[in-house]
Amino acid sequence: MKSIHRNLLTLLAAASLAACSSVPLDNAAPVETRTGAAVVPGGGSGANAGGTGAGAATSQTRVAPVDVTARNAEAMSNLPRTVYFDFDSYVVKDEYRPVIEANAKALTSNRKAHVTVEGNTDQRGSSEYNLALGQRRAESVVKALTLLGAEPSQLEAVSFGKERPAVQGDSEESWARNRRAELARR
Amino acid sequence: MALFPPSLSQIHFSRRAACSALLSVAAVPAWAQFRVEISGVGATQLPIAITTFRDEDRSNQSPSAIIRADLERSGVFRIVEARGSLDETSQPAMSDWRARAADALVAGSVSRLADGRFDLRFKLWDVVKGIELGGQSSAVEAPELRLAAHRIADYIYEKLTGEKGVFSTRIAYVTRSGNRHTLRVADADGENGQVALNSGQPIISPAWSPNGKELAYVSFEKQKASVFVHTVATGERRAIADFRGSNSAPAWAPDGQRLAVTLSRDGGSQLFTIDRTGDSPRRLVTSPGIDTEAEYTADGRYLYFTSDRGGSPQIYRMPAAGGPAERVTFGGAYNISPTVSPDGRTLAYIARSGNAFRLSLLDLATPGAQPSTITETSDDEHPSFAPNGRLLIYATRVQGRSVLMTTTLDGKIKARLPSSTADLREPVWGPYGR
Repeated sequence: MKSIHRNLLTLLAAASLAACSSVPLDNAAPVETRTGAAVVPGGGSGANAGGTGAGAATSQTRVAPVDVTARNAEAMSNLPRTVYFDFDSYVVKDEYRPVIEANAKALTSNRKAHVTVEGNTDQRGSSEYNLALGQRRAESVVKALTLLGAEPSQLEAVSFGKERPAVQGDSEESWARNRRAELARR
Repeated sequence: MALFPPSLSQIHFSRRAACSALLSVAAVPAWAQFRVEISGVGATQLPIAITTFRDEDRSNQSPSAIIRADLERSGVFRIVEARGSLDETSQPAMSDWRARAADALVAGSVSRLADGRFDLRFKLWDVVKGIELGGQSSAVEAPELRLAAHRIADYIYEKLTGEKGVFSTRIAYVTRSGNRHTLRVADADGENGQVALNSGQPIISPAWSPNGKELAYVSFEKQKASVFVHTVATGERRAIADFRGSNSAPAWAPDGQRLAVTLSRDGGSQLFTIDRTGDSPRRLVTSPGIDTEAEYTADGRYLYFTSDRGGSPQIYRMPAAGGPAERVTFGGAYNISPTVSPDGRTLAYIARSGNAFRLSLLDLATPGAQPSTITETSDDEHPSFAPNGRLLIYATRVQGRSVLMTTTLDGKIKARLPSSTADLREPVWGPYGR
């Protein structure tokens, strides 16, 4: 018994050493830990997020697929959440006023709601200038939302620059679809 | 002249570096070294013959081929075909080499020592004058043979041009393959690539610390842009700028104690300095729009940066402690990504013309000088000077793939680092002193 314990301890020590020895981040998908909602389909606070039956989960052959690549929280909402921009511009065009209004209304009616506005650009130009441009796009949307009553504390502007294109391609059509700010509930 | 002058003691290698290199061997990339692919008119190229080193086939490297490729990529040399069996003890018939139109000649040897190391020796001759210019010997472990060959190329370059070579320096860059983002460090010829960081989120803007031991970069691992400082030899890393909003564009001050960064924590994208520890962020300037991509001049007196304060992105310059900024670029409506040569005379940047984004140079020492574009590609990005200022490395797109290129400042000699498996981005050339 004693030796089993000792072996276990050795194993644990080895495991923790192994965990420390390499540069982190080796695994791709980061698991968002800010809310529990993303982990179990149908769990968390969202009503429409899943609905797969917990009743059938007793079978040992059943595997419930979990997908954290999409922002599950957004599935709760049918609000439009994308604003598109012109080349090298961070002006929110008038045609996106309905997007701003609908989201501002949702934020003013629920002061606990929080939205991260993620700015994005097309692939042309430098990573850094595009990061700054995406940041300005996100901030333009944040400003428009606060002008319609949302609290600054409900909002954060971040940017992914050119790093997360919505579509691939070298045409003006794909570039236009990548010049955008997305409103993400977190 | 002594065959192996005292300066050979400069050539010694750290055992620790060798160990860390061995540890990283698992991460051998699927691409080879930079290949020269465009040869311009080289009126000033010096013709040099480098014979195959005696017994180099007994090692796992070919020092003479490494030296030839280094010198050719520099744009300063033209390689003259060199047959015949010479080594550093030979007395070559200079008239023969003059007849082959070689101005300089290199011969050498590789021999195995009793302790398993390799003894790498060479000699350099001035064929025109018919004299020896020097030679060296170094005993190295097998994994250090490439570096030893790069040092020989540096020696030859400096003897014949009077300037330091950059062949033994390192580069850093980022590869992207699907959702996999990897920060890599490689020899200046693209070989010996090693992984510094793997991530499922983008990595951009690597920047070498002045001593070449640390890399600052931007990682999106927290679902937003944060600036990290990472010790290359140990993998130790820390976030030094992780404020609300985006944190990006790190640039080391020449003293290595502070960095310029772009922060959006107070709104906008604005320039700050921050200690290398992440302490004492200090705003440099207040601008109504975007200020980013700061770069210190080598003397530490100025910052060049990109700003859209005039309505379109242009390059500006201001004192490193902040103060009035002056506009530097005027031609065209989109000029970004400034970097200044170590001597402060040449600005390299990316200029947009129509739908083309091209590497351009501006002579800062000549008032009223016009910029010149030195590539034919249309998606150039992220130029970075070699520490001797004679070459630039940059990223561009060729056949839908992001590749790394080096070029001479006249644009005539370019070399491409090919990759069949990943996009190569964000290159940055490391300092001397390895």
